[in-house]
Amino acid sequence: MKQIAVISGKGGTGKSSISAAFATLNGEVVIADCDVDAANLYLLFKPSDEEEESFISGYKAVINYEKCSGCGLCLNYCRFDAISSQNNRVIIDEISCDGCFLCSRICPENAIKMVPNDKSRLYSGSFKNGRLVYGRLAPGEENSGKLVNMVREKTKQVSEKFDLGTVILDGPPGIGCPVISTITGVDKVIIVTEPTISGLHDLKRAAEIVLKSDRKPSVIINKWDLNAEMTDQIHEWCNQNGIKVAGLIPFDKKMVEAMVQGKTIIEFDKTNVISMELKRIWNETINDK
Amino acid sequence: MIKIAIASGKGGTGKTFVATNIFHSLMQNNVDAILVDCDAEAPNAAAFFKTRQTGSFEVTKLVPVINADSCTFCGKCHEYCNFNAIFILPPMKIINVIEDLCHGCGACSVACRYDAITEKPVSLGIVKFYSVNDKPVLIEARMNVGVMSPVPVLKAAIKQINDKAEIAILDSPPGTACPFIQTVSASDYVILVTEPTPFGLSDLKQSIDTLKKIDKPFGVIINRAGLGNKDIYKWLKNNNIAILAEVPFSQEIAHIYSEGRLIADSDKNYEIQFYNICNWIKQELNDEVLMK
Repeated sequence: MKQIAVISGKGGTGKSSISAAFATLNGEVVIADCDVDAANLYLLFKPSDEEEESFISGYKAVINYEKCSGCGLCLNYCRFDAISSQNNRVIIDEISCDGCFLCSRICPENAIKMVPNDKSRLYSGSFKNGRLVYGRLAPGEENSGKLVNMVREKTKQVSEKFDLGTVILDGPPGIGCPVISTITGVDKVIIVTEPTISGLHDLKRAAEIVLKSDRKPSVIINKWDLNAEMTDQIHEWCNQNGIKVAGLIPFDKKMVEAMVQGKTIIEFDKTNVISMELKRIWNETINDK
Repeated sequence: MIKIAIASGKGGTGKTFVATNIFHSLMQNNVDAILVDCDAEAPNAAAFFKTRQTGSFEVTKLVPVINADSCTFCGKCHEYCNFNAIFILPPMKIINVIEDLCHGCGACSVACRYDAITEKPVSLGIVKFYSVNDKPVLIEARMNVGVMSPVPVLKAAIKQINDKAEIAILDSPPGTACPFIQTVSASDYVILVTEPTPFGLSDLKQSIDTLKKIDKPFGVIINRAGLGNKDIYKWLKNNNIAILAEVPFSQEIAHIYSEGRLIADSDKNYEIQFYNICNWIKQELNDEVLMK
């Protein structure tokens, strides 16, 4: 199994469009949408025969007021500012609650129950270029890293079951837990950036996270011609840090037009400059030892 | 004071673009405003202003330190830990804390009956204060690279908002999960920035579902108008959701942003438009209070 992860640091640089394009280049693949906060690939690939599993993202403390004596002991123990008391009535703020169980354990009246957040889902299905695995975190829930791990585990099973050796992981933005879960143990990490000061700033942080795991990412500069000078700066930074620039993708409205039609750029216009460049980058990435 | 969060489900739709331009427009119009960069994983707002750092403090969590001499390997702390942060092998007399997994809740200390657990602070990130034009108006949450969650750092930054200011603009992290919720729930109004593409619309719907659940008023700014298709307009109209503004897609705006400059600085019309958006929101919030 060869696993390629696509991440970005900064959001909206084109991770999903590029991962999706890679998935439709040749042969069959497994593609995993690890952006469980805002999954999008299923919109593009419209998978069929979907399987669904539920995922418990955490727990929330709920008070049983018939038992609560209002003693306020839980207030002293909570480190997340989630519990307050108004007119002797203890209130738990669902948004701040971390689900650590401590209040439920120390409550002398046994008045606090921990309720699982079980609205998040894991899906897997087939599309015309192979299999798609994705997670959808229910709004406001946390622990997307754990759901990403579940997506990764399912991806591995699917890859073995259907004998599909190539796995593409479309990562979430940022550099936190879900990103770390996306890149752990993969063979290659591609960082997609854009020629803006924010793009470069976030590229540096994303590269740091990859370098921490003793690997070197490669970089795609998307929409490079929106600011050629910034592109040069990014290029220079990559050179100084021994990071390979895998390729430059120009800005082209066709990328958006393709998405609107529910297609990847490869499906939309095979001979477009972007399609050709992505094909070259992919072949180089996959053949690189 | 009014707190306005600038958020989006999808990343890269232009949250920071809108937040920095609104903030600039408010300052130009002598409004006492603060900008809080809550996107602790990728904080970029400060780069758009001439800033001077005026202070900072570290955000930490308390993680357990287990004294193996007093530990009886009873396993109570492991049982209390809901995050699998304590690894224990009693027959081998091995007990370890996996600091990355620890949420710093303190449950293990409560569990231990042998006084074997003390705590030490571990850095999660830093909250920085900057002045712009010699006014202390910018707060930035910056998570350390390798830390699991931006939430403690961004919560610490939000706590620093001085309530005496007139308006605080909170640049939210992307997504609809915990970091987003923490930012928007601290705000009075949310501006959702989206783009007229299928991905933009799908993520916008998810953000709106979340905001409706927590009963937060919001409006939408469509960025890069002219790209993509009209589906988003139809959907917003059918759902009776206000479009606060549209920013057209233009190579020039993209270029200005890429250099860390502000369109509201180079084009007075944008300054007026962004300023007016805030006035409109203020009015809207006032009306809402009156309705109640």
